[in-house]
Amino acid sequence: MKAIEPLIFELSRSGRAATAQYPAPTEAKIPEQFRRRARPALPEVSELQVVRHYTRLSQMNFSIDTQFYPLGSCTMKYNPKVCNSLAMLPEFLGRHPLAPVSTGQGFMACMFELQEMLKAVTGMAGVSLTPMAGAQGEFTGVAMIRAYHRARGDTARNEIIVPDAAHGTNPATATMCGMKIREIASLPDGDVDLAALDAVLSPATAGIMLTNPCTLGVFERRIVEVERRVHAAGGLLYYDGANLNAILGKVLPGVMGFDVIHMNLHKTFSTPHGGGGPGSGAVGVGKRLLPYLPVPIVGRDGDRYRWLDERDLPQSIGRLSGFMGNAGVLLRAYVYMRILGAEGMERVAEFSTLNANYLMARLREAGFDAAYPGRRASHEFIITLRRQAHELGVTAMDFAKRLLDYGYHAPTTYFPLLVPECLLIEPTETETREELDGFVDALAAIQREAVADAAMVKAAPYTLPVRRLDDVRAAKQLDVAWKPARA
Amino acid sequence: MPYIPHTGEDVRAMLDRIGATSIDELFDEIPKELRVDSLPGVPVALSEMEVARLVAVRAAADGRPLNFIGAGAYEHHIPAPVWALTTRGEIYSAYTPYQAEASQGTLQIMYEFQSMIAGLTAMDVSNASLYDGASALAEACLMAVRAHRRSNSARILVPTTVNPTWRNVARVITEGQGLVLEELPYCTEQGTTIPQALARYDGQDITALVIQQPNFFGQLEDVDALSRWARANGALIIAAVNPVTLALLAPPGDWGDDGADIACGEAQPFGVPLSSGGPYVGFMATRIAHVRQLPGRIAGRTVDLDGKPGYTLTLQAREQHIRRGKATSNICTNQGLLMTAATIYLSLLGPVGLERVANACVTRTRELVDALSGLPGVRTAFAGPRFHEAVLLLERPVAPVLESLAAGGIIGGHDLSRDYPELGHALLVCATETRTSEDIGAYAQALDRVLGR
Amino acid sequence: MSNIPGDLRYTKSHEWLRSLPDGSIEMGISDHAQAALGDLVFVEVPEAGRVLSVGDACAVVESVKAASDVYIPIGGEVLAGNDLLATQPELVNQDPYGQGWILRLRPTGDIGGADLLDATAYAAEIAAAG
Repeated sequence: MKAIEPLIFELSRSGRAATAQYPAPTEAKIPEQFRRRARPALPEVSELQVVRHYTRLSQMNFSIDTQFYPLGSCTMKYNPKVCNSLAMLPEFLGRHPLAPVSTGQGFMACMFELQEMLKAVTGMAGVSLTPMAGAQGEFTGVAMIRAYHRARGDTARNEIIVPDAAHGTNPATATMCGMKIREIASLPDGDVDLAALDAVLSPATAGIMLTNPCTLGVFERRIVEVERRVHAAGGLLYYDGANLNAILGKVLPGVMGFDVIHMNLHKTFSTPHGGGGPGSGAVGVGKRLLPYLPVPIVGRDGDRYRWLDERDLPQSIGRLSGFMGNAGVLLRAYVYMRILGAEGMERVAEFSTLNANYLMARLREAGFDAAYPGRRASHEFIITLRRQAHELGVTAMDFAKRLLDYGYHAPTTYFPLLVPECLLIEPTETETREELDGFVDALAAIQREAVADAAMVKAAPYTLPVRRLDDVRAAKQLDVAWKPARA
Repeated sequence: MPYIPHTGEDVRAMLDRIGATSIDELFDEIPKELRVDSLPGVPVALSEMEVARLVAVRAAADGRPLNFIGAGAYEHHIPAPVWALTTRGEIYSAYTPYQAEASQGTLQIMYEFQSMIAGLTAMDVSNASLYDGASALAEACLMAVRAHRRSNSARILVPTTVNPTWRNVARVITEGQGLVLEELPYCTEQGTTIPQALARYDGQDITALVIQQPNFFGQLEDVDALSRWARANGALIIAAVNPVTLALLAPPGDWGDDGADIACGEAQPFGVPLSSGGPYVGFMATRIAHVRQLPGRIAGRTVDLDGKPGYTLTLQAREQHIRRGKATSNICTNQGLLMTAATIYLSLLGPVGLERVANACVTRTRELVDALSGLPGVRTAFAGPRFHEAVLLLERPVAPVLESLAAGGIIGGHDLSRDYPELGHALLVCATETRTSEDIGAYAQALDRVLGR
Repeated sequence: MSNIPGDLRYTKSHEWLRSLPDGSIEMGISDHAQAALGDLVFVEVPEAGRVLSVGDACAVVESVKAASDVYIPIGGEVLAGNDLLATQPELVNQDPYGQGWILRLRPTGDIGGADLLDATAYAAEIAAAG
């Protein structure tokens, strides 16, 4: 069977070119021994072929611009167009990162103000914008905690405590920093088990990694007690800011007692997901960890801005990126925060929480089981389809695939691992009530379909460019690069 | 309320359904002592018009000076279709392609990118990008330790001709796992790594050797000699390359007798603007034997229930899996938007266009070097062959010279004296296909004036 | 209901062991484990001659969902890894106790001394986990 859209290589014809893009021909003098023997296998196509090909590919995607995307823990809110157009002003796009700061005061003013605003919304004493993704932000947090203990001669502290509900990157990050993981259980109501916490706290504790609201969609009610015990044991608290959208303007992680927080600018601050990136994982720290922030950071002397680097922060953990992080993403976040302002940020938590609680109430009315029915939803909540899987043989993944036919991107299904057959649902604040009602109706319809004809639901989707894909074959018969046919 | 669509009626009806009397009540599980009710330090909201004005004034203050810096980020002409297509909402606001059937556009673009990188580097397989070149080098070091069965030392040799920031980042990211990065000296006459300097490591357990081509100075390393030493000593070869140069230079897969093991680098030159340092797009490619050690996302081709070809993320189980006793990565993202731009760029340029760009870069840099080194007080540092960057030596500190040039609208180059004090007053300059003879003439005139004082 | 042959020994981490007539030990993963993992796409077996200690991660089994380490509950020297699994990882799903064996080992100690479960105890273990 033929693919809907061929590969760009399959459209290639020898001698075809988009010549308007070519510079004039010149002959470089490179000695023979350094030269490439055979031309690389890049496609030879016309400019219109390129435009048509990638436009058609884009039309095969779901996106926020086209579909409701209630992906738990991803915060798929509207990406305002103005953030893109201002970040792409030619002066910002054309600036080399190593150009003298005298030629970048406008850009740096935006970065400085972004640092200040992020400090304000998190209640932290310092911010570094350099980590290029959430995972790098996590790495930064744990690396700073390690540096802090080392600087105090406390070299025995090499354990990081992680709740069992944590995202997979948390333990992976701890391992990358040479730390051991101590996992603790959550209680049935979703809070951390304090007794389990006490059992693992010791002189080897470097810190604890927590998300609040946690990955189960509920607020950690005993956070004050957790903070007290961990600090008393000599450990530090790291906050995974993936769920910051739920508490923006309502609670400050700094006030909750966290020593370091990473923020996902591509979640809470609405920068684009771009099919997988770029993200930005800015970190905020309390006073204890200020000296260890990764560089460079924007500093201000009077009305002039400059880069603070290793000379200004000699105990910094160092650099994480080739330059200063994902500047273009940071500009987008800056514009977004300026448009929201203080009142706008408070409304983010209010309306994302309103939407989540409304959706949870309507889904429960429609007969679905909430994983934590006794709790308020934060900005997200979990529906478990365990009963449907058991009684009908229809899994959460099957519901997810069938939702695609109804024009909704499925919620998160593979996470958290603690709740079997779950849908982690996060509507965000930018969706209308009608959109949420439509989603409830679709899930209810699929439930009826699952009862009447489980096999049909299990073979969904039907209306997309492809039907369900064979991922076992993809891994066993690995085909990850097109190869030119041998002549 | 910007971007929030709820009317008063919506709020009332929704609270009713929930069974709450106010939105505030929905936060009643949060202990009162943690609640804040305002955000001092965050300015008041601006309309789109107001923020556009504010930002435009700041951009205008920075202006558009003429750029002659490379040093890891390169200015190339970006064809108009690249960002017109990449900012389409279906690409821009799409998520990671976990639901493959709803993401065939993104996944096919990933597959095409992977294919192009594999072809350019003459390797078997590539991932769908990493954050940037610096972190790609760090990941390549971690991967070498995982992939090398017979080496236990986790010692990686890194020439000092490798980009200094990349070396810094690689150390920061790998030291938590016990990797030791050892530096190799270079020849101050040629500006390249001395193959003989490797002799002192003969017979030792070295996990990998990093080779950057062209190196940070723009000079061309003897990649074959370096690769052969690594092979003879059982070390893996990590090639760090600028992919534009691969239109003309021998790709890592052809280095030495049987090629490099891992190729990595920064693909920003492919359709990604300088944009003050990011977001950029790292890449990594390897031999098929090591594919399971490759970090990051990978798109694979498969079939659907009807036998129709389609694409899906594959080898995902390795991504967050923790292997005891071996180095690991926590990476779980790629630079999707920039990877898309790079793929579209390469489709437009094709092999002939890319060759033209590479040729033009070499030629323009030669023209620049001739023009500047012809001035009194300026000479070239290194004798050997170079690509599109060069190190010039001045007879006075570089920083004030660059400030004076900047005041006249010219970004003259990168001051090397901090990272390479042994070179003296050294300046790294670059001219790509975007710099005309007039631009180069303007720079020479301006520099002559500045040095004449 | 997963298959749990009565003549084998099991670990809590779902490995099985079989004593062979020549005194060597054969090891694999249980029916319960292969069902939980789903279709295997890749198996990495240890090389002959490798010396293992109790609790070592000696092999990797990978499905699209997860990649899991396989642990050896006894010490010894690897006599052979099942090389067929390189091209036919699905043998572990189809015949986990037969053709899906992962490695054969010459044990340094007596298998009776190790922390192993019999079939009944293992079945109870799986039932308790729910």
